[in-house]
Amino acid sequence: MYHSLSDLCQLAASENKPVWQIVLEAEVKDFGRNEAEIFEELKRRMQVMENAARKALNKPYPTVGNLITGMAMTQNHYADEKNTVCGDMINRTMAMALSSCEVNGSMGKICAAPTAGSCGILPAVLISVSEQLKAPQEEVLRALLVASGIGAVITENATVSGSEGGCQAECGVAAAMAAAAVVYLKGGSPEMMINACGFSLMNCMGLVCDPVAGLVQMPCAARNASQAVNALISADMALSGMGTVVPPDEIVEAMYKVGRALPVSLRETALGGIAATPTGKKIRKSIFK
Amino acid sequence: MSISIFDVIGPVMIGPSSSHTAGAARLSRTAAAIVGKPFHGVIFGLHGSFAKTHQGHGTDIALLAGALGIREDDEQMVHAVELAKQRNLAYTFEEVELNGVHENTVQFTFFCDDGTVQKITGSSIGGGQIMITKINGFDTEFTANAATLMISHHDTKGVISKITGILSDAGINIAVMKLSRKSRGDDAFCIIETDDVLGGDIVEKIKLVPAVEHVQALNKID
Repeated sequence: MYHSLSDLCQLAASENKPVWQIVLEAEVKDFGRNEAEIFEELKRRMQVMENAARKALNKPYPTVGNLITGMAMTQNHYADEKNTVCGDMINRTMAMALSSCEVNGSMGKICAAPTAGSCGILPAVLISVSEQLKAPQEEVLRALLVASGIGAVITENATVSGSEGGCQAECGVAAAMAAAAVVYLKGGSPEMMINACGFSLMNCMGLVCDPVAGLVQMPCAARNASQAVNALISADMALSGMGTVVPPDEIVEAMYKVGRALPVSLRETALGGIAATPTGKKIRKSIFK
Repeated sequence: MSISIFDVIGPVMIGPSSSHTAGAARLSRTAAAIVGKPFHGVIFGLHGSFAKTHQGHGTDIALLAGALGIREDDEQMVHAVELAKQRNLAYTFEEVELNGVHENTVQFTFFCDDGTVQKITGSSIGGGQIMITKINGFDTEFTANAATLMISHHDTKGVISKITGILSDAGINIAVMKLSRKSRGDDAFCIIETDDVLGGDIVEKIKLVPAVEHVQALNKID
């Protein structure tokens, strides 16, 4: 049984099993589904994620106030121009993250991962990296198990709610989950997986939740795109062999404490940050007359 | 592990908000299932955060969709207004102030085709989960994640033992049971959540218990 990130590593070592299997066996034991059912359900959810990540790439979807309508398409077409700063893969990943957010904002179907507001990160990263590696579906589902296990630990020991911990708890945790999944797909060790998780959280510690007009659109969509990139670079940092100096479990705890220390105005109340800018307030007024 | 991986990767839902959209739809669908008979009108009384932000998160559309029986992961949700028109369902949204309830609470008033009016109150408590807190004046607390029996009766000695006896004879295990009454010897209300499906003639058998006035079975809301 695991209750921390280091548990995942220690169990993987002592039972000589991959991390995804530790997560799978815990799910069987604690929630009474068999392995085949779990994989079937993971497949279904991955399909929902993939549809949302691609749906808005070539077609804009209306959202309340249309704050992010067409963003995914703009980013995707820019990626096509092959003249980007960060290259095709990063730009394509951001476009997919934006697509899920646009679908979510337009009352379309998404899979929360771990929340609806951060639903773009894990799918975009998993799709991009598995395409790059030509990974079979079975491997992608195992990577999803790794991500889920990381997410479960953080939910248990800290929070994934923006109103409790700010954006670092939503998009930051999504990035941490995705980073660990990427390390798995690249064949990295369990230590590298949890280090990638630690780097992701460290890289965005203190990120506030400040949605304009209280809508899950801006800056949420931009943060989904940037945290997807955070996941990719955090995975590379961990795969290089670098450690996080401070153990990943302590970073999770720090994230929780920082979240609780954030003023209420920066925790999903739309009273601070980008939401409280003159333009942010003006947009709010024009939508909620 | 206390957290299922499907609570981390999930729910699959219609956006944008698990509490203000998906939870709202589920709450409304559950309330309509509790009513359990055709209705032609609904008043959605919105409290707290629901009253303030419902337009931005599509809470109103989600509530309407739920009342029409549309699931929180069904892409039909966005068409709820047209579907309500097709089905001649009248509805209004009002702001209400309720005491001691969750921020995301709705007080539903259903106008049934048989002339009765049913009042149900419940909350969207986060992550798409819900809690029903009041049914026709009686306080309660259940999530509809299990099969549930709702029994109104007269507060008399021995009623509960007869009801639980019937369940035991039918091989149904009681998971959670909650009783409330207006006052001693007055109207009472009993909620029984069970581990097993409430099939067959359970409802009919409980109806025959003296002092029982009304019985309704609600199967688990998927």
